[in-house]
Amino acid sequence: MNFMEWVQQPWPWYVAGPLIGLIVPVLLIIGNKSFGVSSSLRHICAACLPAKIPFFKYDWKKEIWNLFFVTGIVIGAFVAFQFLNNQQPVAINGTLVNDLDKYGINNLKGLVPTELFNWASLFSIKGIILIVVGGFLVGFGTRYAGGCTSGHAIMGLSNLQFPSLVATISFMVGGFIVANLLIPVILKM
Amino acid sequence: MNVAETIKEKKHREFLSTNTDFEVRSLDTMCVNESELKHPVWHNLKYLAMGILFGIILVKSEVISWFRIQEMFRLQSFHMYGVIGSAVIVGIISVWLIKKFKIKTMYGEAIEFVPKKFNKGNIYGGLIFGFGWAMTGACPGPLFAQIGTGASVIFITLLSAIAGTWVYGYLREKLPH
Repeated sequence: MNFMEWVQQPWPWYVAGPLIGLIVPVLLIIGNKSFGVSSSLRHICAACLPAKIPFFKYDWKKEIWNLFFVTGIVIGAFVAFQFLNNQQPVAINGTLVNDLDKYGINNLKGLVPTELFNWASLFSIKGIILIVVGGFLVGFGTRYAGGCTSGHAIMGLSNLQFPSLVATISFMVGGFIVANLLIPVILKM
Repeated sequence: MNVAETIKEKKHREFLSTNTDFEVRSLDTMCVNESELKHPVWHNLKYLAMGILFGIILVKSEVISWFRIQEMFRLQSFHMYGVIGSAVIVGIISVWLIKKFKIKTMYGEAIEFVPKKFNKGNIYGGLIFGFGWAMTGACPGPLFAQIGTGASVIFITLLSAIAGTWVYGYLREKLPH
């Protein structure tokens, strides 16, 4: 196996997880920044449409590092997907493959199922629920909870914060409910 | 420890206690800027670089895959638990080392950790985010990453997430916290 083939393989959890964990100290050391992504959504609101809402009246320019960070995520994902990718389908559990196949989802090559997440599906109830409603819940929920997977589950737990533990457990409970009870119903639509 | 450093630290502490902007932010967001130093805008390129690295890791580890998220919530694979679990362990050790050895930033500032206060939003908002996470297969970081991989329709999901954040800000005073 040559170097490129090696790089193009998916990375195992024990490589990816510690690398993500290292972002926490690096951001602190290069500028006293707490790792977190969902605040970027708030900064975008504050920058574009504060509408005299107190929650959006703050100096978002001071937090502009967070917008640079999320721009980097878009670029990094582009680079990884275009140049460091072996174009193989994701190796998920066989039971899930069979389950999804029943709903006509069998293209496992992308990061999202193209049968569900495409522009045409915005005109179906299924697509509106998954794309529009799902996105709304992500934005509303993370801000209500005070953080997301990065801010609470990784940064907050790294600093042993009890509220972050409560929030992380709540994320998981919410996800278990929807993935097991609601997603099968939505996919049948 | 020299005197200049202690004065700098004292000033930093005063900044943290008197800066009202910070007070507002500390209630609501984990992802804050504890530095009062002002730098030229191009200094932000280092965060762009960190974002690029994070984006690459998110794609290569498949944690932004809708399929991996379904698998996680159906308890059909250890992968996601391994990624998040090992990230947290490395994070805990790093934060512990920073506190123990009072490691400073590269500009010589003391590194600040702001404790989070518990509020009911951690539960209600957490559940709501969990619902959305299972539907979209993405938390906010992965939303940006999925767009980068060319899934252009996820831009609508991102706009919707921004709208969700805005509506939260609008309704904030009426919601239980």
